[in-house]
Amino acid sequence: MKGLDTAYMWDLVPIILGYVPLTLGMAIVAMAAALVLAAFLAILRVLRVPVADQVVAVFISFFRGTPLLVQLFLFYYGLPQLFPAMTSIDGITAAVIGLTLHFSAYMAESIRGAILGVDRSQWEAAQSIGMTQGQLLRRIVLPQASRVAAPTLMNYFIDLIKSTSLAFTLGVTEMMGAAQKEAAGSFLYLEAFLVVAVIYWIMVELLSVGQRWMERHLGKAVAR
Amino acid sequence: MKCEIDIAGLVKRFGPTTVLSGIDLCLKPGERVAIIGPSGTGKSTLLRCLNWLDRPDAGRITLGDLSVDAAHASRAQILALRRRTGFVFQNYALFANKTARQNIMEGLTTVRGWNKARATERADEILAQVGLADRGDSYPAALSGGQQQRVGIGRAMALDADLLLFDEPTSALDPEWVGEVLDLIRSIADGRQTMLIVTHEMQFAREIADRIVFMEGGRIVEQGPPAQIFGDAHDERTRAFLRRVT
Repeated sequence: MKGLDTAYMWDLVPIILGYVPLTLGMAIVAMAAALVLAAFLAILRVLRVPVADQVVAVFISFFRGTPLLVQLFLFYYGLPQLFPAMTSIDGITAAVIGLTLHFSAYMAESIRGAILGVDRSQWEAAQSIGMTQGQLLRRIVLPQASRVAAPTLMNYFIDLIKSTSLAFTLGVTEMMGAAQKEAAGSFLYLEAFLVVAVIYWIMVELLSVGQRWMERHLGKAVAR
Repeated sequence: MKCEIDIAGLVKRFGPTTVLSGIDLCLKPGERVAIIGPSGTGKSTLLRCLNWLDRPDAGRITLGDLSVDAAHASRAQILALRRRTGFVFQNYALFANKTARQNIMEGLTTVRGWNKARATERADEILAQVGLADRGDSYPAALSGGQQQRVGIGRAMALDADLLLFDEPTSALDPEWVGEVLDLIRSIADGRQTMLIVTHEMQFAREIADRIVFMEGGRIVEQGPPAQIFGDAHDERTRAFLRRVT
């Protein structure tokens, strides 16, 4: 058995780190878009908007019921067959859109649960002073629901960061793609994938520390 | 004298059960009316219908120039009705994500469109009025039941509503907090605010109300001045109820 080529690993670190901005960028854009979409879907479901409610239910069922990789392939390689205009979409855009749709389905369900967890009396109190549906959601219900949903949503963000590695299968050179390319040149697969694994791991750990700090901090502010 | 608030033929059903079977009630400006009666006779439902928290199935509610017909009430009418009827909940129902001051300000800024400076000033006046000038920055979870209910009353007062509705405002309170809340309601009543109050505090009702309404089985059985209802009720059902509770 050969030992690990640690010198090679150290050389790889800055190369892989160079792709962290792309990975984080895709994750942040997809997360922001997914949050907005998920909140919207959750509200349609909570308010039981006719037709939209059923459409959203099918949307959520599909994106939770099929693997992310399959969804990305369908989107990037499959759909252009039907819509030739989609051929011009690059891998990064396709990955971000795919991740957005996939994670919005999961996040919509946890946001919906959090909204339903807000006490009925909070809705009534807001209605009683004459707030519109939009005002009561924006000012009373969603702020309370988001505190409940925050830890779960943070977990989805962590999952999302790791899932950006699948963009590699759409030909995007992100952290995973870069590691694969390096390994293909040097044949040092173990070293390359270990480096990329450790960098993901550190990113996620840093986020978890931030999450714990935020939860303590938010909890204090409202003292509940 | 003309009615300030006129309720006509109000009906509310929950599934097969008729909870309100045609309520007619006229409140004169500044009149303070207490509704009494056994549990489950529709007293709270009547109040909730007046604030459209429960949607009446039939009938008409008229407040000055605003007339809302249950059969075809528009969204704008419902919002206007709610704006003009302040509701005080049994369980306070303060906004958990807002401080005491923000709870009172919410109706001023979001609903009435006041700017923040003006709303803050008014909220602080109301806080002083309900005896909580020093608790404006506290969140509901940090307040006692009595304090929460006083903020709840302040929130309803901030609307400058034509009618204040009190739905058993002291029923959820520990006995030690009942007095301070009743004192506050008494002081509001002294200002000749038109109010409708559902209560089990008979002594209190007798003291502050101009008129007592006795309800049973979704109907108004009898109404009149406190002295007459408590001293010489005409209806046997009223007398039986009062024997049980006093």
